[in-house]
Amino acid sequence: MTKLIDASEAVSKVKSGDRIMVGGFGLIGSPLTLIDELTKREVKDLTVISNNVGEAGKGLGLLLDQGKLKKAIGSYFTSNREVAKWYNEGKLELELLPQGTFSEAIRAGGAGIGGFYTKTAVGTELASGKETKDIDGETYIFEKALKADVAFIRARKADRKGNLVFYKTARNFNPMMATAAKYVVVEVDEIVENGELSPEEIVTPHLYVDAIVKSQLILTKDGVREVG
Amino acid sequence: MGDSKELIAKRASEELGPDSIVNLGIGIPTLIPNYLDENQCELHTENGLLGVTSVEDEEVDPLRVNAGKLPVGESIGASYFHSADSFAMIRGGHVDVAILGALQVDSNGHVANWAIPGKDIIGVGGAMDLLVGAKKIIITTQHVSKDGSHKLVDECSYPITSTRVADMIITDLAVFEWKDDGYELIELMGDTELDEVREKTSFKFQLGEELQRSLSL
Repeated sequence: MTKLIDASEAVSKVKSGDRIMVGGFGLIGSPLTLIDELTKREVKDLTVISNNVGEAGKGLGLLLDQGKLKKAIGSYFTSNREVAKWYNEGKLELELLPQGTFSEAIRAGGAGIGGFYTKTAVGTELASGKETKDIDGETYIFEKALKADVAFIRARKADRKGNLVFYKTARNFNPMMATAAKYVVVEVDEIVENGELSPEEIVTPHLYVDAIVKSQLILTKDGVREVG
Repeated sequence: MGDSKELIAKRASEELGPDSIVNLGIGIPTLIPNYLDENQCELHTENGLLGVTSVEDEEVDPLRVNAGKLPVGESIGASYFHSADSFAMIRGGHVDVAILGALQVDSNGHVANWAIPGKDIIGVGGAMDLLVGAKKIIITTQHVSKDGSHKLVDECSYPITSTRVADMIITDLAVFEWKDDGYELIELMGDTELDEVREKTSFKFQLGEELQRSLSL
């Protein structure tokens, strides 16, 4: 069975109320084609697990503007000034995590680990209500793993089996998200034949990937552009 | 104002020894690379690159950026990794020095640099991980804020970023180092007089031996 599908088929897996992981550090390494396709679907009350909610009117910011998001879990929402407005009007819930805790929670979620203890945020406002534990004389707090119904990620290249290689700092949260959702769609710039990727260079093995979509939107020096 | 930031950055660059792994925060720390010798240290950015360099305009790649989303270059021997690995490097004690900005630093060595009370608290990024994980923390900041209020305070009124002590503070007026249970003033920057530092610093500090010697000359 081929994993190669259209963006429209890929986003049809998203249902109202789903938890959806979306890769990217801002727009860098973000699955822009899949997000754009999702703007055309009638879904609501989504919980988005992503470092940011894109930028104002771009990337995940498009879904925010449409009122499709119920909650965002991430580390740096400051990069989209619209987020504060939605939050203050009570139309968007936010769960703020330190970036290292956020990324580790996704890795744990994909690795069958329920949660972990970390020193990060101990004694700060972000630790309020969280269990603490002393280990070898140091205080840690408990953080729960993160999992999702669907993950939309971006990679540089996929072979037809779904093995993935990434590009520079566009890698960011994508490899962990590939492991932590029930249905994983990757958007790629290039699809190559099986055997063309060296087994040594593969970062995400194919068993994590359910579907592959060819990217139609890329981030250039001049902003988001359609692939020519 | 601009010059004083450059002065702070230049002084901070002198703290970075050969082969050290260094993470630079946003603000004043981003000026530090201008003062680094080639191969003085290896720069790490938490969005997934070890071996950060500056980049010429024609080499800019929109998919190769630092944590402030500014374009960067990559050194020979650079490597890319995902965010969970990047923060494992930070929390796991594999990064030697983090140089960060601050809103306030207090007499307990606590740093506040992620949130301002009364404003929307919607972003933290990697600040808390860096403060807790890097082997050495250097704070670079203007000595007082634009409105003249003190940034080196008895106790932070802004939410703290960590209970971990900042090892060193470099301002446009002075350099402090943490010693056992409080800060010690080890240097006066440029022509700064000790009285001015006393006037503009709310936390108590000791005078370092070297500084005492130089002042008594």
